[in-house]
Amino acid sequence: MTELPLIGEAVAVAAEPRLAGARIGVVTFPGTLDDRDAARAVRLAGATAVELWHGDTEIGDVDAVVIPGGFSYGDYLRAGAIARFAPLMSKIIDAANSDAKLPVLGICNGFQILTESHLLPGSMIKNDHLKFLCRDQVLRVENANTAWTLDYQAGQEITIPLKNQDGQYIADEKTLDALEAEGRVVFRYVGFNPNGSRRDIAGISNAAGNVVGLMPHPEHAVEPGFGPESLDGVGGSDTDGLGFFTSVLNKIVGGDK
Amino acid sequence: MTTETSKKFNIDTVENAAKTPDTELPWAELGLKQNEFDEIVKVLGRRPTGAELAMYSVMWSEHCSYKSSKNHLRQFGQKVTEEMKKDMLVGIGENAGVTNLGDGWAVTFKIESHNSPSFVEPYQGAATGIGGIVRDIISMGARPVAVMDPLRFGAIDHPDTARVMHGAVAGIGGYGNSLGLPNIGGEMVFDSVYQGNPLVNALAVGVMRHEDIRLANASGKGNKVVLFGARTGGDGIGGASVLASESFDDTKPSKRPAVQVGDPFAEKVLIECCLELFKGSLVEGIQDLGAAGISCATSELASNGDGGMQVELTSVLLRDPTLTPGEILMSESQERMMAVVTPENVEAFEAVMDKWAVEYSWLGEVTDTGRLIITWEGDVIVDVDPRTVAHDGPVYDRPYARPEWQDAVQADTFTGSVQDAGRPAAPAELAAAVTELVASPNMCSKAWITNQYDRYVGGNTSMAFPDDAGVVRVDEESGLGVALATDANGRYTYLDPYHGAQLALAEAYRNVATAGAIPMAVSDCLNFGSPEDPDVMWQLAEAIRGLSDACMVLGIPVTGGNVSLYNQTGTTPIHPSPVVAVLGKLDDVARRTPSGWREDGQAIYMLGTTGAELDGSEWANMRGHLGGQPPKVDLEAERALGEILINASRDGMIDSAHDLSEGGLAAALVESSLRYGVGARIALQDVMDRDGVDLFTALFSESQGRAVVGVPRSEEVRFTDMCTARGFAHTRIGVVDAASGKLEINGVDALSLDVLREAHEGTLPKYFG
Repeated sequence: MTELPLIGEAVAVAAEPRLAGARIGVVTFPGTLDDRDAARAVRLAGATAVELWHGDTEIGDVDAVVIPGGFSYGDYLRAGAIARFAPLMSKIIDAANSDAKLPVLGICNGFQILTESHLLPGSMIKNDHLKFLCRDQVLRVENANTAWTLDYQAGQEITIPLKNQDGQYIADEKTLDALEAEGRVVFRYVGFNPNGSRRDIAGISNAAGNVVGLMPHPEHAVEPGFGPESLDGVGGSDTDGLGFFTSVLNKIVGGDK
Repeated sequence: MTTETSKKFNIDTVENAAKTPDTELPWAELGLKQNEFDEIVKVLGRRPTGAELAMYSVMWSEHCSYKSSKNHLRQFGQKVTEEMKKDMLVGIGENAGVTNLGDGWAVTFKIESHNSPSFVEPYQGAATGIGGIVRDIISMGARPVAVMDPLRFGAIDHPDTARVMHGAVAGIGGYGNSLGLPNIGGEMVFDSVYQGNPLVNALAVGVMRHEDIRLANASGKGNKVVLFGARTGGDGIGGASVLASESFDDTKPSKRPAVQVGDPFAEKVLIECCLELFKGSLVEGIQDLGAAGISCATSELASNGDGGMQVELTSVLLRDPTLTPGEILMSESQERMMAVVTPENVEAFEAVMDKWAVEYSWLGEVTDTGRLIITWEGDVIVDVDPRTVAHDGPVYDRPYARPEWQDAVQADTFTGSVQDAGRPAAPAELAAAVTELVASPNMCSKAWITNQYDRYVGGNTSMAFPDDAGVVRVDEESGLGVALATDANGRYTYLDPYHGAQLALAEAYRNVATAGAIPMAVSDCLNFGSPEDPDVMWQLAEAIRGLSDACMVLGIPVTGGNVSLYNQTGTTPIHPSPVVAVLGKLDDVARRTPSGWREDGQAIYMLGTTGAELDGSEWANMRGHLGGQPPKVDLEAERALGEILINASRDGMIDSAHDLSEGGLAAALVESSLRYGVGARIALQDVMDRDGVDLFTALFSESQGRAVVGVPRSEEVRFTDMCTARGFAHTRIGVVDAASGKLEINGVDALSLDVLREAHEGTLPKYFG
């Protein structure tokens, strides 16, 4: 008899063998914090996580890249402002803009680095309430056609942790209008705007949909027993964030699920 | 560069000191007493140089030498059985104790104070408190995995409390969040006794494989001594001596320059860099630089090793080139480590430093002379036996006596007092009382604080605030993990220091067991007033005696901790506040028990019995009364309760458990309901009949050794059989009601969970925005 765990779902997501060959790079800068978590998420989704060092001059053999959260270089100047100049970043920028359209996901500080790199428009400033805030955040998936959201339904609501100090997304009205018109607002805060972000924007993509950045942390909602449901009892599941990683893997491997 | 620098100073060499015995030295300004200075002269056989005086003054300070508490602290090492030692891999005396978790895993944890700096400069004081305790954990060879912060501030409505609160919480978050360490719990108490002396304690826990344990010693003649991390600056000079070891006094100048300034980014890089050094076995001994800076690191490394070290002080990388040798020795600049490296490993060591872009400088080497020799451009400015600096400081048998006022305080019970007039009895009054309780400063939701801390980072947090204990997974394969709780009740300890300290231990023990973990080890942070006051000294002596006795009964050893004295303003000390941290082990964190119930129809049981124990309670506190005797301590009952909770968790007999402590059953019922927003129907008649108490007492008494648990219907027989077999009092007091949205207690007007939540969560935002 299989004993049911007391917490989390009875069945963890069963990784599909066909995904195991996919390689996802996870970048570490000095001050990166959630790199091991992002690597764990990649593994739980069924792929191989590859450590990438900010000083590397080649991306190497990876099929996608995650730029995880943290405080690169302490964020003392402006979040992400120094990290964008890392040797590896110029390679990532080139690969993301190339015809191959390398899928890139920037989470939290990673999102800030992507805007500083001009892979994504706009910028992040300090939360409107001026405090660091850690909470379980409901998001609506507005665009389920990006490389990182294929496994979600448009309009689907997911709950994943949010934790940052500089999470207020801003851009000029023209840019915001363009993002809306082009369907590049990928995630929106639902119920509560935790930081004053314009138009409740939690995450956006580039025009091609291969580069996605968001402030909340999908890699902290990938494992039964360690996500928002188990920690805070928000209802729903502990694994709402896993779809980011399975989305990109399915895209890489191709074909029907 | 160095030649230019040295010209600015009149360097007081050992040679010069020997020739000029009558030179006046500022020993009093550095916090030394006449007898202590005389002792230094005796030890050296001459007057100390300026640099030596600086070293002795910080290392012989109360903060570093434990001179007032040492004679009492010995009990923690004496009252230990072989059984208690079996899992202790490293005991008291190192940077932190280490406990065996099995499967080759070890855990190290420690709690420390950063009280005085956090009052003077709350943000930096609290931030560097985290930084310091985390470096202690790294020094043991461990990867830090979580932090916790027990906090005690002045009255919630005092204007200065907001300054300290905002600064300290932002500092803890700003530093801890930037290190990638989840903050998994702590405490928050408001009491005017802490107005001028807030308590900011910090706990860190780290894990390692057995083979990775590192100790602070410098062995092997010819091995190189290296200082790495941040540069040395002028911050925190004399932090341990003039700041942490004296009472505050309005007549003296601000002590702000004695507070260190933190750089969490530097510390995060330092953590990763040290872990890489450990992985490559590149260091022989390692020591963090905290209180007393280079003075402490060199003298402790040398005296714990082969006993000799030679250091050239001009090799220290400086942020401020104008620092004098004494200042360099005393500086408490943060994010620095000192290590001992074999000549063969020098190159590999430097490669790791370069990879992480960490600055380092080679200061000297280990010798077998038994002397710590520090030179300034080759001139000897320190020539001491390092033991005399690090270990053989003064020890005082401070006079102590039971205060004259203690009897009067203990005779002044709450029941029947002026403040007890109009005790709630009618259903509406009791409902109002419960609501008032859970909105009170000490019982309200601490989410305003904990939402400023990252509880997710690391991906191993299995349970965090507001559950009874924080739980972190250690081994991703097996699910092996640890649970941690910290507790103290200054009011109980004020009423009876011996039993008050035991109650702090009992509560932390109970919290860990409530989470389903087996308690294994203790770390304590003893926050008290001035040891020069015999009343305070008696409180300290009694608390240590009580705590060490209780550890024996519960069978868990103290593996480390810290003493913080002089927490007083003028002649008014804080309540004696021994903060006790207990660490427990879970074979699989998936088995941890949360504090709230969720499943409709589950039975709610209360474990333990209730007496009329309102003295020192939150209810009495809310009514402005403090007197009488604290709740009775029954450590055997705590142990029995703990075993029931642990077994029930392991065998899946309970789905929720919450310990009863401050605020009694009323607080526990509300918290268990609000945890997941699921109500309950409660009837306490059986408890009242059995224990001979009225409804008010059943709800607000703070009798110990109690918990409420949620039991699935299918497990009820098995659970009650277990309690009966163990002879432990258990009463079915109600049932979970998922649909009602209310907490309904017979004899109390129904309490809407929405109203309770608003009351519970509204308090801190109301005062702090």
